Amino acid sequence: MPSLKLSERSPERDRRGAEPLLIVRGLTVRFPVGRAGFWGNRRLFVHAVDDVSFEIFRGETLGLVGETGSGKTTTGRAILRRVPIAAGTITFKGNDITHVDGDNLRHLRRDMQLVFQDPYASLNPRMKVLDLVGEPLVVHGVVRRIREARDRVRELLELVGLPADAVDRYPHAFSGGQRQRIGIARALALEPDFIVCDEPVSALDVSIRAQVVNLLQNLQDRLGLTYLFIAHDLSVVRHISHRIAVMYAGKVVEIADRDEIYENPKHPYTQALLSAVPIPDPALQRTRRRQILRGEIPNPVDPPPGCRFHTRCPIAEDRCRTDPPPLEPKRPEHLAACWLT
Amino acid sequence: MSQVGMDTVVESAAPEAGEPSAQILGRSPWELFWRRFRSDRVALVALAFIVFLVLIAIAAPVIADHVNHHGPNQLNTDLTTAIGLPAVGPSKAYWFGVDTVGRDVFVRTMYGARTSLLVAFIATGLSVVLGTILGTLAGFFGGWVDTVVSRVIDIVLSLPILLLAIGIAAACSITAKGCFGGLIQPGISLVVAIIALFSWPYIGRIVRGQVLSLREKEFVEAARAQGFTSAGIMFREILPNLAAPIIVYTTLIVPSNIIFEASLSFLGVGIPPTTPSWGRMISDAANGQLYTAAWWMLLAPGIALVLTTLAFNLVGDGLRDALDPRMGG
Repeated sequence: MPSLKLSERSPERDRRGAEPLLIVRGLTVRFPVGRAGFWGNRRLFVHAVDDVSFEIFRGETLGLVGETGSGKTTTGRAILRRVPIAAGTITFKGNDITHVDGDNLRHLRRDMQLVFQDPYASLNPRMKVLDLVGEPLVVHGVVRRIREARDRVRELLELVGLPADAVDRYPHAFSGGQRQRIGIARALALEPDFIVCDEPVSALDVSIRAQVVNLLQNLQDRLGLTYLFIAHDLSVVRHISHRIAVMYAGKVVEIADRDEIYENPKHPYTQALLSAVPIPDPALQRTRRRQILRGEIPNPVDPPPGCRFHTRCPIAEDRCRTDPPPLEPKRPEHLAACWLT
Repeated sequence: MSQVGMDTVVESAAPEAGEPSAQILGRSPWELFWRRFRSDRVALVALAFIVFLVLIAIAAPVIADHVNHHGPNQLNTDLTTAIGLPAVGPSKAYWFGVDTVGRDVFVRTMYGARTSLLVAFIATGLSVVLGTILGTLAGFFGGWVDTVVSRVIDIVLSLPILLLAIGIAAACSITAKGCFGGLIQPGISLVVAIIALFSWPYIGRIVRGQVLSLREKEFVEAARAQGFTSAGIMFREILPNLAAPIIVYTTLIVPSNIIFEASLSFLGVGIPPTTPSWGRMISDAANGQLYTAAWWMLLAPGIALVLTTLAFNLVGDGLRDALDPRMGG
């Protein structure tokens, strides 16, 4: 797998028959937001993620897209066990990790890491790069003192394309793109198998994005990493992902191979999303039919019955307003949750 | 629809190895702070005054012996009038004059600096330790811990401080055993304890607020994702970020504690009568409006008190300007 070149990466690659690295089944996350009713006896919840299922195979990138509030970040945090899970199971490397806690949970952190959206907020301004990248090694007992991590940190910095002498500098000495590289080096320090990238490039300048995305792909090929890549920028997601899941209001509405979903979207929400992506060709762009969604994403405290998209769907009919559509195969390897396609 | 945008950019982006940087110095936040503080003249002068005062306080016995040739409690009844008024004002032998029992006011002012600084530093140190621990726990864990600590802070801050301090000082000074089973002895340790008791809430409240905002920062989330324990996060991630506000507020609490000590001494509680203290000297001068006849008894300790508190406040302001807002980038 690591020998595949970037442009040749095929979504079809040896996935069939292979055991998925991560299996998510019926994942549901709710956050309490208060109480309602005269006596305050009705508790209110934000239904951030509702009955979400997917799997990620070793060495692949699953892109998770959706607009703000669709639950994609919460899904990533739930997999990392950073938010309480109301229902469902998460299986990682064949082990059920839905309820592990204490030391077992801390050990799990060695295998699952996180790259953050904001490279300014995610690095402690009072710590040198050596400490930032080397601390995980100390925390997990790989080295006893931070000094012993020095060589390893220099290696990691070179791996992410930073000069090795950056070890003794503080984060404020770096640009946004360089900081994100530090964040990636930190995530790699414990040699994890799986990394959740939570909008890792959306806070960066457009000119820097490609470099960071390229770095992530490069690292994946060299180290055999598996990514859950959360983003709302569809062109970035298309570039890096093998498969893509589209979320809307806490539900996965469509999941398929990258090219399949871009060329043959089945769910009306996916179609609307894709029609909003600008094409770098003015003539083509003018002739294109854009589908504009009216209204807002539904209130997650009180989601609509039936299909959650029916309030904005251009083709919704009566059944959509009462019965939630199941996520079912529309073509081979292509699941969508819609009654009408 | 064609592959959008991304690819062309990606292809042209060279695998940029790190920017040329061999000679760039890694300036630490503290170096940056010092460069800013250094340019603040007023704060530097104030800092120099504090250093000078500390040196005077340390060297007080040496100076008293070798320059003035009197001790702080050396009585010179020949220097007072028949009705007990000081007869000698500022002069060559007694720079700041003598008081009602003929003690050298200059020497006593120097010794008074010892008392004031000692009490203020120890009390402030205690309150900073207490305030930082409780404030960090309250802010970090929230819930009932926060409720308890915050309510205690509210209660302490709402107490009539001076009245209660006089009461505690009086109650603990009745017998030589002190109070709390001998833990607090009458004298300086009593004053230190009282001042610390009433000044930790200021630090505690500020620290709690800072921790509340820090613990929501993404780098704390990052530490959790790496498997840090709560204690690890508090010590490694949060405390270093508290250094700036703690230093600033410590410098601003020191002068208020100096005034606090002076107030207690002025009121005649706490510090034993023979120990030279600015507050007690001012009290002596005010007693029976003596200062109308011997103005020098009031002048030296009064000016010392004003200059010291002013200097600490100016340094505190300078530190805040240099440390606080745009720190670290």
